[in-house]
Amino acid sequence: MNPFSSGTCLRDMIRAIRACKTAAEERAVVRKECAAIRASINEDDQDYRHRNLAKLMFIQMLGYPTHFGQMECLKLIASAGFPEKRIGYLGLMLLLDEREEVLMLVTNSLKQDLNHSNQYIVGLALCALGNICSAEMARDLAPEVERLLQFRDPNIRKKAALCSIRIIKKVPALAENFINCAASLLKEKHHGVLITGVQLCADLCKVSSEALEYFRKKCTEGLVRTLRDIVNSPYSPEYDISGVTDPYLHIRLLKLLRILGQGDADASDRMTDILAQVATKTESNKNAGNAILYECVETIMSIEDDGGLRVLAINILGKFLSNRDNNIRYVALNMLMRATTLGAQAVQRHRATILDCVKDSDASIRKRALDLLYLLVNDNNVKPLIKELIEYLEVSDQEFKGDLTAKICSLVEKFSSEKIWYIDQMLKVLSEAGNFVKDEVWHALIVVISNASDLHGYTVRALYRAFLTSTEQETLVRVAVWCIGEYGDMLVNNVGMLDIEDPITVTECDAVDAVEVAIKRHTSDLTTKAMALIALLKLSSRFPSYSERIKGIIVQNKGNVVLELQQRSIEFNRILQKHPKFRSALVERMPVLDEATFSGRRAGSLPTAISTSSGAPSNLPNGIAKPATAPIPDLLDLSSDDVPAPSFSGGDFLQDLLGVDLSPTPAPSGADMPPKASTDVLLDLLSIGMPLPVQTGLSASDILSSSQDDKAPFVNFNGLASLSSLSANATSPANAAPMMDLLDGRGPGPQKSEENDQAYPSLVAYESSSLRVMFNFSKQRGSPQTTLIQATFTNLSSNVYNDFLFQAAVPKFLQLHLDPASSNTLPASGDGSITQNLKVTNSQHGKKSLVMRVRIAYKTNNKDVLEERQINNFPQNL
Amino acid sequence: MIHFVLLISRQGKVRLTKWYSPYSQKERTKVIRELGGVILNRGPKLCNFVDWRGFKVVYKRYASLYFCMCIDQDDNELEVLEIIHHFVEILDRYFGSVCELDLIFNFHKAYYILDELLLAGELQESSKKTVARLIAAQDSLVETAKEQASSISNIIAQATK
Repeated sequence: MNPFSSGTCLRDMIRAIRACKTAAEERAVVRKECAAIRASINEDDQDYRHRNLAKLMFIQMLGYPTHFGQMECLKLIASAGFPEKRIGYLGLMLLLDEREEVLMLVTNSLKQDLNHSNQYIVGLALCALGNICSAEMARDLAPEVERLLQFRDPNIRKKAALCSIRIIKKVPALAENFINCAASLLKEKHHGVLITGVQLCADLCKVSSEALEYFRKKCTEGLVRTLRDIVNSPYSPEYDISGVTDPYLHIRLLKLLRILGQGDADASDRMTDILAQVATKTESNKNAGNAILYECVETIMSIEDDGGLRVLAINILGKFLSNRDNNIRYVALNMLMRATTLGAQAVQRHRATILDCVKDSDASIRKRALDLLYLLVNDNNVKPLIKELIEYLEVSDQEFKGDLTAKICSLVEKFSSEKIWYIDQMLKVLSEAGNFVKDEVWHALIVVISNASDLHGYTVRALYRAFLTSTEQETLVRVAVWCIGEYGDMLVNNVGMLDIEDPITVTECDAVDAVEVAIKRHTSDLTTKAMALIALLKLSSRFPSYSERIKGIIVQNKGNVVLELQQRSIEFNRILQKHPKFRSALVERMPVLDEATFSGRRAGSLPTAISTSSGAPSNLPNGIAKPATAPIPDLLDLSSDDVPAPSFSGGDFLQDLLGVDLSPTPAPSGADMPPKASTDVLLDLLSIGMPLPVQTGLSASDILSSSQDDKAPFVNFNGLASLSSLSANATSPANAAPMMDLLDGRGPGPQKSEENDQAYPSLVAYESSSLRVMFNFSKQRGSPQTTLIQATFTNLSSNVYNDFLFQAAVPKFLQLHLDPASSNTLPASGDGSITQNLKVTNSQHGKKSLVMRVRIAYKTNNKDVLEERQINNFPQNL
Repeated sequence: MIHFVLLISRQGKVRLTKWYSPYSQKERTKVIRELGGVILNRGPKLCNFVDWRGFKVVYKRYASLYFCMCIDQDDNELEVLEIIHHFVEILDRYFGSVCELDLIFNFHKAYYILDELLLAGELQESSKKTVARLIAAQDSLVETAKEQASSISNIIAQATK
């Protein structure tokens, strides 16, 4: 007989699988077996049903799909005999989980088995129910389980108790039905029932405050007595584990007492004696005893207590901490962490030991210790601790560095009383583990540096030194490059020398070299390279004699495959060549970055959102802080007259121009988009599927390009616009026009978008020589996500439009509903209009702005006309 | 609460899995692969606890097998170690100095024992003797049923001769 046919028994199949040398062989055997089992299932072969299921369980354990065997479980469960039911229930628990629809079919069999005369069958049903029941089954079968809590056999009672836990977890509303039965379980003598009963009470307390009150009043006394009995019980071989009688029961009782004592002084008071007894009398040389002590300490920490017991508890933890067993040290650290919230002072005593644990060879212990140490740092001990941690950073494992770096950075920031200390520590971290430093951390560092005007020289020199020694740390390179760009002159002239500094001679050439190294380093990523480019631009003005060389480096990037770099180098080259007058003003040192704004933005937990278009007003302070000394904001401060709070603020622009916030994810910042847009995203109907970032250079440039005959200066404008991540609202031509003025010396007449008294200004969504589309916006009260748009179409030509049809499409995050139009004939020469209502629901309200692609078709002079347009200058927050 | 129990051999083969919280087959495979990678690579002297996805995994090695249990952050790790040992002792008593092969060929028996020990992710019985007694009683029920079946089939066979 073929050894792999359905005739093989379980043992043979396991042997065959074990004999497989390769995964492919194993798959082949399993496939054959599965085929045989399927065939057998199809024949409805009763004799082999349990064997098939046993095989399937083994196959499932190996990770193969076995769903076709699920119905077999149900059939076996429905059969009368105990052996069939036993394997059927086992299969049910292994092959199914609570989310399978099939499971509902078993409810009836379960109900019958819960009422079966054979207690072992009742046990099987309870076990299955407890392990995999769903909320519906819990509701259906709760009465049966409740009744079984009073079954004559203790082994059924204990199973019913645990099953009840599952039920109340699934359906907390059923909890109150179980309170009384659970309370009566607490009086049992059978350890199994007692353990499960106590556990049930604990879980009831978690889901029902009524249960908590009830047990607190009625059962605290009894539980204390039970614990006392078990603590003082004589040796009993059945339950003894290394000299302790039933540690499991100990632990569960302590756990329930903790729940009852928490927040209730009276209940806590009643248990203090026994807790003290457990804490002092339990043997601590074996794991079982330590497990009890651990639980006892946790209970002492959680209940309301005057402190006497807590000293005892902390002492136990101190002993744990010096234990040689790693497990014990681990739990001690775990527990001390919770203890810090009660009284950090007592924990502080163990600081040195904890610091040692941070350097342990065991990753689990290290992580715990670091978390704990993080909580222990305060103003008094921060300096030595940070020193230790940074020293350890040099030798720690790679995988631990990420965690450690994040913690150090966070601590240094939190406790930075002096800026110089903060900068020093951060520089050390950057040089040791710069690659693990998160973006917002080095952004924050730059903000601090920019604010510490007396330390600029010191910082740039220190960074230069660090840069020379460790160039492979990305974030160090970035910060260094930024500082050299900003304060390059201070680096060379040794401005602001501090006493503690060693003198250093850096020539202008060295400074340019450093930035060149950064840009040419092949490991540098886009952000670093872009920052280096900007630094070079700045240095060209700081060191005019090196201007030519810098231009050479910049020009090398003109052919860069990364669009961003290519574009910037072309723009910068242009600035160097064509606008020497502007250059020095353009690249002046950045105005002091506003710390409050920065931290406010960080609190928004959106570090990359810095360069997005949202939050316009909060960006303003950056530039406004010193408008007089910041020529760029002045030049570009286009918020002339009546433009309603454009997100385009001078500060924002400046910041972006200098690349502080250049985020490699271009998503919302139109930085990468406009060039693409100007090619032809517009007509690419397919691209509507992906949420296009709202860009702005786009529509502005479109409008402008139509009124511009000379394209050359326009390139410049477009470049700058994209560079500055001009965003949504900056679209109105009124904004763009003066900029044209500046760079070009002439410009089109001011075009102003129409203003409106409404909450949302109406929008000329589309205008051509023949047609104008106006959008009026309104919101329904109470649904900020939904915007009602009334579109008004006006015919600007002298011919009547027939069969007028307006269509619109939106990306996935929007939902669009179009009402029928008021008419399909549009009279000529603006002599009447068509209106149509649209309803747009923005599922990303507040995050993304509306964007829409429209298509307008009509007939005029018997000719079909089709116009398409993408509209992305919607007002924000729609 | 215990979310799942895993028995993994030193070669990374799964010998027993029991899930008390819902995990789809895909997630199960992923969990096993992830934890296998972490636990099998840990040195012998390190502690028996691993932080994993906001849970704690307590593991202990017995001969060539790693017994792993995944618990909540606020559960007692030391107790779970004790539960693992408890389970091993019961297996040992049942199979008579248990080895990996016993668990491979009689994996269903190991599951039956586990079901008498844990239920709904909680400990059910602290007495090894009681567990052994319950398993023995159910095994004998199965034996009687088998005998009956064979005697009935004998009778049928004789009757139809």
